[in-house]
Amino acid sequence: MASRAQKMPKGLRIASSLFVIFWFILAAFPFAWTVWGSFKVELDFFSIADWTNAITGERTKAVYGSAFTDTGYAGAWIQEEFWRNVLNTGLVCFFVVTISLTIGTLGGYALSRSTYNYTFWLLITALIFRAMPPITLVAGYLLPFFEWNVWGILPTTIIVLVAINQPFTLWMLHSFFKNIPSELDESAKVDGCNQFQAFRRVIIPVMWPGVITTGLFSFLLAYNDFAVGAMLLSESNRTMVPAIAAFLGTTQTEGNVMFAVAAVVSATVPLFILVMFFQRQIVGGLTAGAVKG
Amino acid sequence: MLLFIALPIVSVVTQSIFAPHPAVLIEVESCTPLVGCTTETTIDQEATAVLRAEKPLGRFVGLDIYFDRGHLAVNEVGALWATTDSLGAFFSELGNLPFYRAMAFTMTFVAVVTPLTIVLGLIIALAINSLHRHLKGLMIFFSLLPMIVTPLIGSLILFWMVDSRGVIGSALVALAGDPDFSLKASTGLMWVALIVYGIWHAAPFAFVVFYAGLQTLPKDQLEAAQIDGATRWQQVKFVVVPHLMPLVTFVALIQLMDNFKVFEPIIGFNAAAHAQSLSSFIFNDLGGETRQLSSASATSVITIIGVAILLSPVLVRTWRDFKGAR
Repeated sequence: MASRAQKMPKGLRIASSLFVIFWFILAAFPFAWTVWGSFKVELDFFSIADWTNAITGERTKAVYGSAFTDTGYAGAWIQEEFWRNVLNTGLVCFFVVTISLTIGTLGGYALSRSTYNYTFWLLITALIFRAMPPITLVAGYLLPFFEWNVWGILPTTIIVLVAINQPFTLWMLHSFFKNIPSELDESAKVDGCNQFQAFRRVIIPVMWPGVITTGLFSFLLAYNDFAVGAMLLSESNRTMVPAIAAFLGTTQTEGNVMFAVAAVVSATVPLFILVMFFQRQIVGGLTAGAVKG
Repeated sequence: MLLFIALPIVSVVTQSIFAPHPAVLIEVESCTPLVGCTTETTIDQEATAVLRAEKPLGRFVGLDIYFDRGHLAVNEVGALWATTDSLGAFFSELGNLPFYRAMAFTMTFVAVVTPLTIVLGLIIALAINSLHRHLKGLMIFFSLLPMIVTPLIGSLILFWMVDSRGVIGSALVALAGDPDFSLKASTGLMWVALIVYGIWHAAPFAFVVFYAGLQTLPKDQLEAAQIDGATRWQQVKFVVVPHLMPLVTFVALIQLMDNFKVFEPIIGFNAAAHAQSLSSFIFNDLGGETRQLSSASATSVITIIGVAILLSPVLVRTWRDFKGAR
């Protein structure tokens, strides 16, 4: 809005700024508060007596001599072995992203170059899968997994997550490949490439932006998943999010809530970094579907 | 080439028929302990074991599970319909049946969160769009956070704050002037808290989409409107909103689907006693000692049918577009 005619009247500008600040607080304050509080003892984090305790850390000072303590983190990471869950999450995310991207790129490319009816059915499947709560599928998976004795281990969870994720990946990459003009591979074929060479030498170099965006969303799905992990993984193989839920369910003794708080903060940090570096891709991916309508 | 096309399709198709299919089978399966034990109480453990070994899938009960008290409760609803006089009384009685309670919450959540998200997202987009260039990037970063963060974690963070000992919770206590005031104790307040969380979580998505739409807003149209004497409000109403209308449809569709899936906040807020959604209903059946697979699967199938009904207008439209495009 550079033009002078579009300049806002003062009142409106103030109102708008106030609203932005309000939204900023709404969006960021809970995170800041929790990060700050995660270095305190429980009595400060939940300070019924005086809410300023949560900021100054009176109780924490009384117990540990300083306003900050890492007991929550130590308890979560060492005592409760949260690092195992982090490791599991890492494994799950890595394999889910790799597998779904491999299938997604090949499948998405093939679909975008074909003109048959099943493209439509694939898109419909993707849409329905997008709309179905993952937990409805879990009910179907549980019994065969018990029967085959593959319940509770990471590979099955990875397969299920890939399956849930795949229609979305295919759809996204499909529309992305549609935007790459087919003249590109046609000219490659004229120059003597076969189909696979055309894909390898011409399409792969230009496909990275779409693949990265899709990969990000696959990662988020695997990282954020709760329903599948909570149901399909045994206790020792849990990923982060179900583990945090388990902290709350089983350990109600004092101080253990702080383990959960510390674990929550630990689990949020990678997402922060992700948003920081990939903001453009995330925004692009969210709007990609919208712009095409 | 054929392989590239066939493999993912086979995988997707197998998945799509695979999931509901075992669901139907399972629901028959665990009826052995339930139905078998109730009708044939004389059977000893050994015979039960033999029977189970013979028919691991259990006794075929058809649609009985769908109609029992835990789900559609056909008999109970029929009885209620016959006994209650007014519609209001009928619905309040209906709310006591667990499945309808879950249904009611899911529907309320969808109906309230979706429009509010769209409105809030639009206002945020308009406000941030008028900001200075450098501030925009920072604001977008922070705006994305509530959406990107894991739903369970996000809801836990909010839950700890609205806990009666947390910062917002104690502020509310002070406001209400009642030391026993607690969100956790009241069903209505719990619903409000869950809905607030839903909006908080979903508004960034609407914001980002609308913000991107605003970037493509044709300047000359705005100027023309201004020359014609449109006030700022009229410009927004007659130029900006119509321009964003396709995006509103898109956001509404995605939000409908996402809100229908509402699940994690209920776990995070520990709200299962006050509010159940269809998803958490299934989760409760699956969890715990008993693992009531049949019950969970019946709910799953109903949920999937619900999703299909929800999506059917979209599907029809997509089909037409697709036909038209060729």
